[in-house]
Amino acid sequence: MLRFVGRRLLYMVPTLFLISVVSFAIIQLPPGDFLTTYVANLQAQGEFVDRGQLAALEARYGLNEPIYVQYWKWISGIIFHLDFGRSFEWNLPVSTLLAQTLPFTVVLSLLTIVFIWVVSVPIGVYSAVRQYSVGDYVATTLGFLGLAIPNFLLALVLMWIAFSVFGHSPGGLFSPEFRDAAWSLPRVWDLLTHLWIPVVVIGTAGTAGLIRILRANLLDELRKPYVVAARARGVPERRLLIRYPLRVAMNPLFSTVGWILPSLISADVIVSSVLSLQTTGPLLLGALLSQDMYLAGSIIMLGAVLTVVGTLLSDLALAWLDPRVRLQYR
Amino acid sequence: MTLQLSPPDPSPPTRTATAVRDEAALAVASQRRLLWWRFRRHRLAMLGLVVTVLLYLTAAFAEFLAPYPAGYLDAEYTFAPPQRLHVVQTGPDGWDWGLYTYGYTVRQDPETFALTYEVDPQQRIPVGLFVRGEPYRLFGFIETDRHLFGPIDPDAPPVYLLGADRLGRDLLSRLIYGTRVSMSIGLVGVAVAFLLGILLGGVSGYFGGRVDTLIQRLVEFFTSLPTLPLWMGLAAAIPRDWGPLTRYFAITVVLAMIAWTALAREVRGRFLALRTEDFVTAARLDGAGHSRIIFGHMLPSVTSHLIATVTLAVPAMILAETALSFLGLGLQAPVVSWGVLLQDAQAIRVIASAPWLLIPGLAVVVAVLALNFLGDGLRDAADPYRR
Repeated sequence: MLRFVGRRLLYMVPTLFLISVVSFAIIQLPPGDFLTTYVANLQAQGEFVDRGQLAALEARYGLNEPIYVQYWKWISGIIFHLDFGRSFEWNLPVSTLLAQTLPFTVVLSLLTIVFIWVVSVPIGVYSAVRQYSVGDYVATTLGFLGLAIPNFLLALVLMWIAFSVFGHSPGGLFSPEFRDAAWSLPRVWDLLTHLWIPVVVIGTAGTAGLIRILRANLLDELRKPYVVAARARGVPERRLLIRYPLRVAMNPLFSTVGWILPSLISADVIVSSVLSLQTTGPLLLGALLSQDMYLAGSIIMLGAVLTVVGTLLSDLALAWLDPRVRLQYR
Repeated sequence: MTLQLSPPDPSPPTRTATAVRDEAALAVASQRRLLWWRFRRHRLAMLGLVVTVLLYLTAAFAEFLAPYPAGYLDAEYTFAPPQRLHVVQTGPDGWDWGLYTYGYTVRQDPETFALTYEVDPQQRIPVGLFVRGEPYRLFGFIETDRHLFGPIDPDAPPVYLLGADRLGRDLLSRLIYGTRVSMSIGLVGVAVAFLLGILLGGVSGYFGGRVDTLIQRLVEFFTSLPTLPLWMGLAAAIPRDWGPLTRYFAITVVLAMIAWTALAREVRGRFLALRTEDFVTAARLDGAGHSRIIFGHMLPSVTSHLIATVTLAVPAMILAETALSFLGLGLQAPVVSWGVLLQDAQAIRVIASAPWLLIPGLAVVVAVLALNFLGDGLRDAADPYRR
C-alpha cells in the first residue's frame, strides 16, 4: 500500500508542473504586460504613481527578463512563500482573497459529492434491481434531462421559483444578519440552509451520470454465476444483493470522482456567479473580465490542483477498498 | 450525415415470408443500409434526428422564418409579454376567421416606472402567412421580403409571439437567428477539435509505443482539469476589439483546444484495435506508406463510429458556448446566440418580471437532448455485427 501511495504521489509531480505552466500561460496571454495597465488605471484615476514602487514591482515579477525567469519568480514565490502575486483590481494580495473564498468552494464541492452519492446510490440500485420497471424509466429520463439542462439554467429557474413563491431571492451564502458575524452554530446552520440550492443545482449532472454507471455495473454483477449459485442455494434476495454485488458495484463512487470533481469546479464557477455566492467562481469571472490576471491564473491553478488532489484521494480510497486495484501495482 | 433513406417497407403478408425476405435483403444490404435499418429501430434516436434536422433547417432559413430582423426594436414594447395568437373572432355579427392578435395598452406606474401591459381588445392586429416585411437576401443571393408570418400591415404594432427583451426586440426572431450561431458553433468547433483529435489520436493509436504514452498522458492531463475555468481564461485573452466573425472563430478555436481530447481518445481506441487486423497488415506488406494506410485503409472502416462520436461531441460544444456567452466571455452582442440571449436573464428581478427570457434555455435543452439521442442511436447502429 505504501508503495502504491508513493507511486501515485510521484505521478502527480509532472501533472502539477503542467498545471502551473498552463496557468502561467493564461496569466501571460492578454496582450501587453499588466504593469502598464496598472499604471494607466492609476493615472486615469488621478493617483500618484511612485517610481520606486514601480521598479520594485518590475523586479519582483522579473518583467524585463526572459519568460522562464518570470515563470520561476512566479512559481517559487508560490511554493516557498505562498505568494500568489497581487490583485490589481482589489489592491490586495491574491492569497488574502483566496483565503476568503477557497474554503467555501471546497465545502461546496465536498457537500455536492456527498449529495451525489446519497441520491444516486438508492436510485441506481433500484433501477438495476427493477430493470425496465416504471421507476427505472423515470430515473433514466430524469438522468437524461439532468445531463442536458445547463446547470446555470437550473439555478435561474430555481431562483425564479423561490423568488415568486417566497418573495425573496435565495442567492448568497448567508442571510444579511449573518454576513459579517463571527462563526457560530447559528451561522453554520444559516450557511447550510443557503447551500442546498447550489448543491442540488451543481449535483444534478453528476447524479445523472453516476446513476447510469451504478445501474450498468450492478446489472453486470447481478448476472454473474456466483449470484445465480447463491440464489439456487436459497439465499434471500436482499442478502444476495447486499453481500457482494452491491459492494463490487460501489467502486464507481470513488473511481468517478476523477471526472466528477473537474465538472464540479466548472459548475461552481457559473452557478456561483448566478447565485452570487462568495466562492472562487465569481471572483474568477470578475478577474477575467477586468484582466486581473494574477488572481485569475491563481484561481484556475488552484481549481486544477484541487481536482488532482481530490482524484488522488479517491484513488487511494479505491485502492484501500478494492484489493484488485491495490495489487495491480505490486 | 450520409444516411440513405430507404422507402418504407410495404406491410408483409405473413411472418415467415418477411423473415425469409429480410434474410435475403440482409445478405445483400450495403453497410449504409444496415446502419439505417438498425438506426430506425431506435425510436428516440429517430426523434432526435427529426428535431436536429428541423433545428438546422431553422438555422438555414432564419431570415425567412423570423418575422423581424435580429436588431429590430420597438421602444414602446420593452419587456412586452408574449402575445397570444387567435384564430377566430366571435362577435355579434358571427364568426370571423383569420389569424390575429391583440395589441397592448401600456401603463406606467408613476412611482416605480414599471410598465404594465394590458391586452387591448379594440386593437386587433391581423396576422398573415407569407407576408411582406423587411427585405433580405436568402443564402446571400435570393432577394425577397417575404416572411413566414407577421402582421399583414407592416406599419401595425409588432407581433411578438414570445415577448420582447429589455430593448423591445422580438424574442422569437432573435431565438431563430440565435439558432444559426449556436447550432453552427457546435459543428465548426467540433470540426476543428476533430482535426486535432484525429491527427493526435490517429498517430497515437497507429504508432503506439512512446508516442502513444506521451499523447495519452497529455489527454489524461487535459481531461483531469476543470474545463470551464480554462475555457474562460483562454476566451478572456481574445482582444475585445476583434470583429464578430473573428471572435466567432476565436471562440471555436478556444473550445476546440480542450475538446479534442475526448475525440483523440476514441480514435486511438479504434486504431489500436484495427492495427492488428489482417487487411492493415496486408497493406503494410504491400509497401503502403503510413499516411496511405491511415487515411486510405483504416479511416474508412471507422467512419461510422467517428460520426457517432462527433454527434455526441456537438452538444457539449453548444453547452460550452452557451455558458461562455452567458458569462459575457464568449460571443458579444450584436451577434445573437442562445447564450447571448440568456445574458439578459441574469438578474432575478428581470426573470421575475419577464420569465419568457428563459425560453432560449429551453432551446438549448431541446437541442442538446436531440443531439444526444441522435448520437446514441448512431453509436448503437454503427456496429452492425454486434449481437
